[in-house]
This record gives sequence, structure tokens and C-alpha cells, in this order.
Amino acid sequence: MMSDFSKNHEPLRKPVPLYEQTVKDEKGRYQRFHGAFTGGFSAGYFNTVGTKEGWTPATFVSSRQQKAGRQNARPEDFMDEEDLGDHGIAPRQITTTADFASGRKDVIRDKARAITSLSAPIPGDTVLEDLVAPARSSMGVELLRKMGWKDGQGVGPRVKRRLCKQRADSATRAFGSASPPNGSSESQDEEDGEFVPENVTFAPKDVTPIDFTPKVDLHGLGYRGLNPLAALRGGPGAGHINLFTMDSDRTNSLFGEDRKGQRRRGGVAGQGFGVGAMEDDDEDIYHRDIMSNYDTVLGGEEPGNGLYGWTAPQQYNRKKKDHSKDAAYLGKILEGFTLASDKLETKTVGIFPPPNLPRDFRPVHYFRPVVDLSSVSPMVAQALQTSRGHMAQEEPSKGGRHQLDSAQRRELLGEATLQGADCSLYSSETCRHNKMSLLNPSRFAPHAEQQQQEALSVWSGPTAQAQTGQTFKPFERTPHKQARYDLYIDQLKQGDRDALELSLDPTMTEWERGRERDEFVRAALLYKPSSSSLSCRFTRGKQDDGVEADTVEVTRDQENDVDDKQAAVKMKMFGKLTRDTFEWHPDNLLCKRFNIPDPYPGSGFVGMPKVKRDKFSVFNFLTVSESPTASASPAPQGNKQSVPLYPDTFYLKCYREEFQSVGALTFIVYYQIYSLFNLITRLN
Amino acid sequence: MSFPQPKPEVPQLPQNLLRTIDCQQGAVRAVRFNADGNYLLSCGSDKSLKLWSVSRGTLLKTYSGHGYEVLDADGSYDNSQLCSCSSDKTVILWDVATGQVTRKLRGHAGKVNCVQFNEEATVILSGSIDGTVRCWDTRSRKFDPIQILDEAQDGVSSLKVSEHELLTGSVDGRVRRYDLRMGQLHVDFINSPITCVCFSADGQCTLTSSLDSTVRLLDKSTGEMLGEYTGHKMKGYKLDCCLSSKDTHVLSCSEDGHVYCWDLVEGSLMLKLPVGKAVVQSLSFHPSETRLLTAMEGRVQVWGAD
Repeated sequence: MMSDFSKNHEPLRKPVPLYEQTVKDEKGRYQRFHGAFTGGFSAGYFNTVGTKEGWTPATFVSSRQQKAGRQNARPEDFMDEEDLGDHGIAPRQITTTADFASGRKDVIRDKARAITSLSAPIPGDTVLEDLVAPARSSMGVELLRKMGWKDGQGVGPRVKRRLCKQRADSATRAFGSASPPNGSSESQDEEDGEFVPENVTFAPKDVTPIDFTPKVDLHGLGYRGLNPLAALRGGPGAGHINLFTMDSDRTNSLFGEDRKGQRRRGGVAGQGFGVGAMEDDDEDIYHRDIMSNYDTVLGGEEPGNGLYGWTAPQQYNRKKKDHSKDAAYLGKILEGFTLASDKLETKTVGIFPPPNLPRDFRPVHYFRPVVDLSSVSPMVAQALQTSRGHMAQEEPSKGGRHQLDSAQRRELLGEATLQGADCSLYSSETCRHNKMSLLNPSRFAPHAEQQQQEALSVWSGPTAQAQTGQTFKPFERTPHKQARYDLYIDQLKQGDRDALELSLDPTMTEWERGRERDEFVRAALLYKPSSSSLSCRFTRGKQDDGVEADTVEVTRDQENDVDDKQAAVKMKMFGKLTRDTFEWHPDNLLCKRFNIPDPYPGSGFVGMPKVKRDKFSVFNFLTVSESPTASASPAPQGNKQSVPLYPDTFYLKCYREEFQSVGALTFIVYYQIYSLFNLITRLN
Repeated sequence: MSFPQPKPEVPQLPQNLLRTIDCQQGAVRAVRFNADGNYLLSCGSDKSLKLWSVSRGTLLKTYSGHGYEVLDADGSYDNSQLCSCSSDKTVILWDVATGQVTRKLRGHAGKVNCVQFNEEATVILSGSIDGTVRCWDTRSRKFDPIQILDEAQDGVSSLKVSEHELLTGSVDGRVRRYDLRMGQLHVDFINSPITCVCFSADGQCTLTSSLDSTVRLLDKSTGEMLGEYTGHKMKGYKLDCCLSSKDTHVLSCSEDGHVYCWDLVEGSLMLKLPVGKAVVQSLSFHPSETRLLTAMEGRVQVWGAD
């Protein structure tokens, strides 16, 4: 059996045979269809196009008897619920009718007006509506009138007020006047002698409209704007247009008053022009211009104090001025403000007399350079110390200031020399040659005295001061001699003339001293600091090569001994023993982000301060310096290289450094060597 | 008329397990409360960072972007940003609402162990196994750190930031406190690798836990030891320790599956929470209430006093 349900889930109907496809009316009579009618419409009333009432349509009214009311079909008739709903094309709303509507804007009406204005004869111009405005008052006004309100009165409960007070109030035009106390009212009553019944109340005063328009523009306070009438007026009445005065659009629009004498706009205005018979002010027609309106002299106000020979006591004059003080004030007074009556006292404390200058004061300032005196040549330092700021007499140099060379100029200016590296410009051959000549003093001709002077001049010059650190030590093998030589050089640097004599060792024999003298002079001349300009072009490399470099940067503050700390921790003695405090510089930006002040604002570095230290190497100890123990031993042993004795912890510390930088293996090696040497020296 | 002083409340301990959250992140490396304690951050070994609601225990958002295990995370004070660090040597600044990566800060030479915002969330500080602490600027668009602190001689395992101080604990056995206001660095020698450091709420003491199974309370200004807490087991793993919200108790993870809670003043063991059998990796205390989070294996437990 096939299912009874089709796809549409509707029960299948048995097909109706043709003979049963009939239509019956309400009474069961067969309806008859004619021709094309197979639908449900009947062919009228008994085959006529009529109804029970006849053929005349129900809405027809004969115009002979009565006029039919215009019953046009409204569009609403053809709409259904959807159209009349909220989102349809003709939503129904409950609104106030025009009679009861207030004076406020009616949105729909405005829209309608806008639409009609487009299609009006003059698009956009609602001339007719403006001309013919229905004179109707709103229902609210009507209601008020019916309740006893009159035009000009205020709205609200009636108040008891005296008649005279009311008059006084209106005269002074005070806002929001309070009703006077009852005590005074009675007295006033008696004074006036008017009989006013006590149970009379009066209507409250009407509210003066206050302009609540907010200031939404960006003009200054009191700005009014241009009055186009004034701007376009021209003539002598115009002149400087003041934007901040009373005659402006704003006040006009608020109070709506028509200014007297409003000139007509545009055109050539002036005396006599444009003033017709109907105009109110015709005072200027017969105006004659007088020469006193015009200046004969350029600039300058009238001289004198404005009194024009007034010799009477000033108080009369002043009184006049007081009245029109406001008007006389040349500046712009803001609306609502007036000039103060009493002046502000100028503070006597604030005025200070100028300082008393010393007799010999000369208004010349000399900026003292902030220079470390030890880093410049002694002559510059002396000059700086003695300078007092007055314009120094310039020494006229031999050829004038154009014949100076750079060194002389440098001296005059007092600048420090450029720091050049100590690179010898001599090639190795020339060095050797020079050394050879040193050994054979006979080859060298110049006089000893001259040489000494030369050496002095070379070493005491400003360039010598610039030499830092790595100066050549010609007598490195013999430390005593080297020390004397160093002393000699230092004294030369200071410009001491007797440097040579002072630095010689008095214990040596005469012959030895003479030899040393010559050697020192020659060494000083030979290994003089390179003052040539080329040395300034060379500089030391910035990057330390690491292994080759003698120094390494380590933090300035080192931790205390770790062993002590470990012992302290084992004993649980935390505190001073386990704590180290270091100076640490935070970055400036970090302080900003943490919103705290920088503890070291001027510091140029970040983190812990670092210093350069010599890289400790054991081999450093195996050379050069003589320890006190070695010097006690006899002279032949002087050359023996001995290891100086230092406390054990010092070694450990050095070795720790070494350990950190080199490695564990080398540490072990060094420790062995150290212990061996210690043994040897102890045995000795 | 003066009212009698209210009785001081007996400090409560978070002894009741309120909820267990299965994070589905592999192993949870760190669990953190956010600034107000309403949300929970879990850092997983499956490279994801998850944000949960503590009261409901529901997952709110997953943040993916790291290349390796996420080791630590922190939320800003206004809950608008998160920062997280990972074994992939990066620190990531996240936008909470959108889940987007705002900044990926590269620079560390090894895995980054700890990360934290400063109070105003203008700086992110991260400590890494390469021995440096880097301070990253969240305001600017630069990818370089503001400052690199490389005083540590071994990896930095933990760091905490306060208003003007930075506390770092390093594997070289030293606790370093950088005082930005004074411009000083204070080094306290503990002699055994430090696993966790934290400030006390009153700012007078610091708590450090180290691999000799000891938790020490040190005075901040002098470095003296005020208290020592033992009993737990911390021999090989980097585990967390913390103070309760009112500084009444000291809590620490342990490798025996418990969380130990000592009285701060007396040092006696008050509570031993049985979390599980495996190592309790991380813990975090609520900023104001008595609520504790613990992380063990792949799950996070919420403990409370009620």
C-alpha cells in the first residue's frame, strides 16, 4: 500500500470527478457560470450585472437632490495592517493636532514644508507662508487666558506685593526682586497714605528671557563680530571697526531693538548723501566739513597735558573725567565690566635699586676656561692663573699675526696640544744610526751646552705634556739609571734649567757623572716627543687586542673573599660578612620608566664603574723591581732575578684573576711555580 | 565613645582544595595569579599560555606564539597586557583581549627563566640562564633592552620587581638587590644555587629558597637572616616559594609532592598540603585573600581557606 503522505506531508485526496465539480450557493442551488467563468465569481444577479439592491452603486448620490460629500478613496483604504504598522509605509502615530500643538518644531510639518518648497513656484523660498501666517495662539495660551492670565504677566501663584515697591522695582529693573519683609511694608503703607487693601495679591512678574545660547565658537570673550551695516557704510562715521564694542549683531539679535539712525547699507554714504525726505535723521544734510577734523601735521597728538589752559582747581576737571572714565579709557572694556575705582598699590618691596658699581669696574667678561691645570703646559697654566680678565696688551709678533705658525698660535690661544701617539717617525735604520752616533760622541759636533738647551726646549714645550703613559725608557736594564733619567725628564718638563745637574747621582764618580750627563742629554734629544704634526694624525687603536693588551677592564669594586663568606654561611652568620654593597648606576631611561629620580644624573656610564687594571700574570713578578730583601744581599747578587715575597692571599687573589681569565689548567701550573719559588727564596 | 578594638583575625591557611583544573598543556611550568587575583595564568610545556578564571575554573583564552616551553608569565596591573618568557630565548608581550603578540623581545643568549612587569607595566624585566637580566621598554618601539645587568656569574633563576628595587637570585649562590633609587647593588651570599626569591609585602625582608633545601628570610637592609625554614625537599629542581598575602606564613614547593607552610615568626611547620605524588613545580599566593595556586604535572590546584 502506497503511503498516504506525499512530499508535502499532506494527506492525498481522492480526485474529484468532473460531475461533482460544482458550486452551490448558500441555499444549495447550483450556480451557473457563463462562458469564461470557471472561477468563483458569480455572473451577477440572475444573469445581470446587478445586485439585490439593483445596479446603482451604493456610493452614488444624485447631484440633483444633494451633493455628495467628497469621498475620495484614501490610500489608507488600500493598505493592510502591515503597511500601517510600525515599519510599514504609513505608520500610524498619535500626535497632537495643530490646535493643541505647541510652538515648538513639528518635525513632520517641517519636512512637509521642505518638500513643498521644492515644488513651489520659487523653490526654497517660503514667501507665502511668511507673508500669510495664521494668527493663532496655542491652546496653552488660550487656557491661561481663560484662567485669568493677561499678556505681560508672569505665570505662577499670585504674590502679595506693595504697589509702590512694584513701581520701584520696575524702575530699577532689578532681576529677581524678593518680596519685602512684612514689617517694612506696613510702615511704607502709612508713609504713602495710600489705602491698599491687605488681601490683594498681584500676579508675579514675567520672566525676562535669558540668553542661554552657549558659547561654542573660538572667539575671545566679548567678541561681537562685524556689523555689516557699519562695515559697508563708509564715510566719516566708519573708520576703525571695533569688533569688541556694543554695536554688533549679537546684541541686536537678542534685544531686537532697532537702532536709531541705522544707516542704509551700501552706497556712497556721507553727508547729505542718501538721506531722503522720509528719513528720520536728516541732521547731516547741511553738515559742513571743517578743517579742524583734519590734521595738518603728520603724527603727534596735541601737545600739553590736555588741560588747554585750564587753570581752575583740578578737582572740577577730575570729576568730569571720573564720570566718563569708562568712555575715556582707550582700551576695550569687556561687557559687564567697568574700570576699578581704586588703583592697585605697587609693591614697594618689588622695586630694587640697581647695584653700586665699584670704581674700577670694567664691563668686560673673560670666560675662564675650565681646564685642569696639570694637563696644559706650565706657561698656559701660569697665564690662566694670572689673567684677570682685562684686555691684554697683545705682543706684536715679528711679522704680524699672519706670520705665526700653528705652534705659536696654539700658545697664544692657550690651547692644549693635540694628543698624538708616541710613534716614532724614525725608521729602524735611522734609529740605529742615531744610536750609533750616541755611542761615538766624537762624531757629534754640537756643543754640550747647546744640546742641553735644546733638550730643555724640546721637553718643556707643550707637546711634551701630551705624552701619556708609554714613553720610551732608554735605560730599562738599569733601573737606577732609569730612575735618574726619569727624574731628569720630569724636571725638563717643568722647565727646570738645572735638571741635568740635579738628577745626577752624587755617589757616582766624576767621570761616571759626566758620561751619564752626556747620555741623558743625547737620549733626551734622540727620544724627544714627536712634536711633528704627523704624530697627531696617528692615534692609538681603540679596540684592545685582548691578549696582547696589558690592561683589562674590571669592575672597580670587587667582592670580598669568598672563603670567608662560605665560612660565615656555614656558621649562619649572615649580615656584614655575607653582604657586599656596590655602587651601581641605572640607565637614565630605566629611572624614567620606574618614575624615580636618577641617583647619578651626571654619570656617563651604566652599571658598575669599571677601571683598567693590569692583567696579573706571574711573569710580571719575575722582572724588574727589586724587593727590600734582595737589596740587602750583596751587590753581585743584584742582578739575580728574585721573586718578591708577598702575603699569600695576595697571590691567591692574583691567581684567581688569572684563573678567571686563563683557565683552570694554567692556574695549577702557576700555583706549582709559585710554591717552588717560595721554597727557593725561603731556602735562600 | 570608643569602640573596643576588633579581635585580630586568626590568620587562615589555604588548606582546602577548592578546585583542580586540568590544563591540557603538557606540563605546567608556572602558575601565576594576575594583579587582582581573579585570573590565573598557566604556562605550559606545549608552548602555550592560558588564561583561566579562578572562581569558575574556565579557560578564557589561549596565547600561542612561543617557540618552546613557556617558563614564566606575568600580568600588568590593569589586566590589559601579559608578558611571558620561554626556553626559546624570547620574551613576548601579549595583548590580553585580542591575544595578539605586541612585542617579541629577543636578545637573551639562553632560555629565559623568569619575567615580570614593573609596577606601572612600563618595563619588562627578564632573567635568563645566560646570567643577564634585561630590562625591556614596553613604551617605545625599540627592540633593544634599556639596560643589561650582567653582574651574575651564573644563570639567573628568579627575579622580582618592586617600586624601586629589583631582586634577582642566581645559580652562583648570590641574591642581588639593585636599588634604583639609591643607585646601589647589594649582594647577599647564600652559598647554594638559588631557586626563588621574593619580597615581603612590607618591603623589609626578602625570602630566598635554595637548593640546600632551605628557605631563608633575610633582612633587606642589613642582610641578616631572620628566619630559616627547613623540612621540605629541594635538591635539584627550580621550585617556587612565596609569602602569604599578609606576611604571616612562608610557603614552599617541595619535590616530595607537598607544599610546606611555616609560620613566619616561629618557623614551625603549620601545614603540609598533599598535592600529589610528583614534584610540585610552582605556586602562587593571592595578592589579598587566602588563596593558593599550585601546579603539579599537568594540573593546577586552587586552595582556599573556606
